[in-house]
Amino acid sequence: MFARRLFDFPLGGWQHQFADLERMSRQMDCLTQAVMGRPGMNWLSARVFPAVNLTEEKDKYHVRAELPGIKADALDIQVNGRNLTITGERTIPSEGENIRYHRKEREAGKFSRVIGMPGDIDADKVDAKMVNGVLTVSIAKSEAAKPKQITVH
Amino acid sequence: MAESKELQVKDKQEVASPAEQTRPGVVFTPDVDIFENDRQINLLADMPGVDPGDVKIDLKDGLLTVSGEVKPFEGKDESDVLIEFEVGRYYRQFTLSEVVDQSKIEAKLEDGVLRLTLPKAEKAIPRQIAVTAG
Repeated sequence: MFARRLFDFPLGGWQHQFADLERMSRQMDCLTQAVMGRPGMNWLSARVFPAVNLTEEKDKYHVRAELPGIKADALDIQVNGRNLTITGERTIPSEGENIRYHRKEREAGKFSRVIGMPGDIDADKVDAKMVNGVLTVSIAKSEAAKPKQITVH
Repeated sequence: MAESKELQVKDKQEVASPAEQTRPGVVFTPDVDIFENDRQINLLADMPGVDPGDVKIDLKDGLLTVSGEVKPFEGKDESDVLIEFEVGRYYRQFTLSEVVDQSKIEAKLEDGVLRLTLPKAEKAIPRQIAVTAG
């Protein structure tokens, strides 16, 4: 009698319990997404200013960062081995004496960030430009890291 | 000189949609500074990636709307390796408590920062009233 109660569960019951578990796990996923934002955004972020997007092409890496109000000459960009370092400072000039603020959300301060490239790079072929407050650094991959086309004879 | 502080990463704030969007994509609220003096109200907004031609400023019934279009940064041959921020339009509305001279509004976009100058209308400029003894 006892053994029967332990081992002889109706099969349908077991399946039903797993279905519940699966539904719970799905709900949990939805919850984490709601709390953490879109998947992949906050989990991977290094939380160091500035936030960067790294993309790659066949022969280049592109690093982009939003740096509004920062002049190109206030930035220091260096390449060392596989690492790209972006250092700079954002200053917000004083707007005069007789003013009253309603809102002050823009922040000033220093920043420095190192971004490691996933492959070897050619330090001599780095190009950086600032357009409308967006910094784009294009770094050529080293010859060894570029994909090679192999012809089949 | 005081040591300036380190900048921290701030997540871009998504707009709680003002109206149903007709186009896909995320919309963010730009960070702003708003200050005024006796003669004008100034607004500075961080809108990186917006071309000067793609900013729209609208003032109607004391409601100021600032919006900016962003073209995708990435070329079509690029594939993502690490994505820490999203790119999207900017949109924000403000209610102005004072009367603004609409014809004299100036807007300038430099290095991704929008600077709006809204001169107060004549009647809103405070003036000292001299009392003469008589």
